Amino acid sequence: MAYGPKIIDHYENPRNVGSFGTQAEVKQRKDVGVGLVGAPECGDVMQLQIKVDPATGRIEDAKFKCFGCGSAIASSSLATEWLKGKTLDEGLAIKNTEIVQELSLPPVKIHCSVLAEDAIKAAIADYKTKNGIPVDDHDHEHAHR
Amino acid sequence: MTVKLPIYMDHAATTPCDPRVVEAMLPYFTKTFGNPGSRNHRFGWEAEEGVDRAREQVAALLGASDKEIVFTSGATESNNLAIKGAAEMYEKAPAGGGACRGHIVTCRIEHKAVLDPCKRLQKEGFEVTFLDPPRDGVITREMVEAALRPDTILVSLMWANNEIGTVNQIREIGALCHEREIVFHTDATQWAGKMPVNVERDNVDLLSLSGHKIYGPKGVGALYVRRRKPRVRLVAQIDGGGQERGFRSGTLNVTGIVGLGKACEIAMAEMDRDGERLLKLRRRLEQGITSQLDHVQVNGHPEKRLPHITNISFGFVEGESLMMACKDIAMSSGSACTSASLEPSYVLKGLGIGDDLAHSSLRFSLGRWTTEAEVDYTVRKVVESVNKLRALSPLYDMYKEGIDLTKIEWAHH
Repeated sequence: MAYGPKIIDHYENPRNVGSFGTQAEVKQRKDVGVGLVGAPECGDVMQLQIKVDPATGRIEDAKFKCFGCGSAIASSSLATEWLKGKTLDEGLAIKNTEIVQELSLPPVKIHCSVLAEDAIKAAIADYKTKNGIPVDDHDHEHAHR
Repeated sequence: MTVKLPIYMDHAATTPCDPRVVEAMLPYFTKTFGNPGSRNHRFGWEAEEGVDRAREQVAALLGASDKEIVFTSGATESNNLAIKGAAEMYEKAPAGGGACRGHIVTCRIEHKAVLDPCKRLQKEGFEVTFLDPPRDGVITREMVEAALRPDTILVSLMWANNEIGTVNQIREIGALCHEREIVFHTDATQWAGKMPVNVERDNVDLLSLSGHKIYGPKGVGALYVRRRKPRVRLVAQIDGGGQERGFRSGTLNVTGIVGLGKACEIAMAEMDRDGERLLKLRRRLEQGITSQLDHVQVNGHPEKRLPHITNISFGFVEGESLMMACKDIAMSSGSACTSASLEPSYVLKGLGIGDDLAHSSLRFSLGRWTTEAEVDYTVRKVVESVNKLRALSPLYDMYKEGIDLTKIEWAHH
């Protein structure tokens, strides 16, 4: 598949790769929200972690790991870039269509952007749950387009 | 030693034309351009001589007689003609009568050019058994025997699998079919021209082969149709001028046929040497990769395989991104992610390989001009890329943390 330059750039130089600790460690950390979406047998698993500054309520850092095709890696890499510095509400406002547009994802790869949006929502919901903030229903709404 | 990039490691998809093949074809485009069906002038006769020679060359490769070779547009057409043509000829009951028209045996991991004709026949009143292959991918005589019924009219099984290179027990299955008076077809697209064939010794009634898999041109192939002990008859699928003794109408693709003939002649002369060399290279590739990475597996039977094809699954990385990382190496992903469908390979799934590993598989297929330096470059690049992608893979982290990936409740899309 011929990919556009932005996908290739994110794939070859992925931003913010990593995590804020092992699965067991991040589970205990209240300042970290974890989103793990997808399934190995579908060929895509994204793990997105956000670190929130409790004083400002802003996402001060974000990291990802991804098992998936080039578009999935690029979508999650881009998501971490966009999340940094945003409030939780601003993070929730990120739409998969914006990722599609930014990366020029081909039609067969739109599901990768949906997965990235799901990962963002899941990470924010995890943070909220850990900190006793009510999770809105629409936080879990999957924007499948 | 430096290698020229990109490297072609996809010879099971297609091969370059051998320059000797192109040279043999050239005069037939411009000088000897006649229609072999023109019986009353020199132009037609000369074209016919070229076709006759090619027919002998193809027949020689198969240990057949030239009268048993039907030229087609490729293995897909050969398979269609063999399967539909035999089913319609040997049907036990007429179409539309409601009774089973006949039983056919094939296998789940055949090429689509066999599966889809069988599925069409199923809709038209035939019954088809799709054998489940064992984990090693090799279909044996016993497996076929267990599926046979009194009304079985046709068995169609590939000689060697295009994705994993495993080889079926063709000679034994052929003997079984002859004992039971059942027509036996084999799709030998990946085998013929690479490994020895003798249709008498191997008990084959119908055999499909393709030009472009054996360093010949695209758009030409052949079907071997047995003429004696027993004489196999077929219902033609393309009607018209009655060329190819009525089996396949249409003006002959003379240039293509001449190229196919030459490709067969070269294959026959160089098969032993090529096979030995390719086997060494394939082992070098497998050894290089499996000795440097954990959680990799070579799919299919360890020994009963073609010398030039290997299919390797890499745990915790995804096939398409791996191909992207190895962008200077042309190969094929076991995952069909690249071809717009998100389904992993039905062949690997058919072997019982989990979807996760099926998504993480690559097929390397070597060819006549593959060098040791190219193999070494491929090994280096693949190992480096897998390590890079594993550093990105959440699954590899979890595995190292001791988390059982099968116990996680994944959100399925």
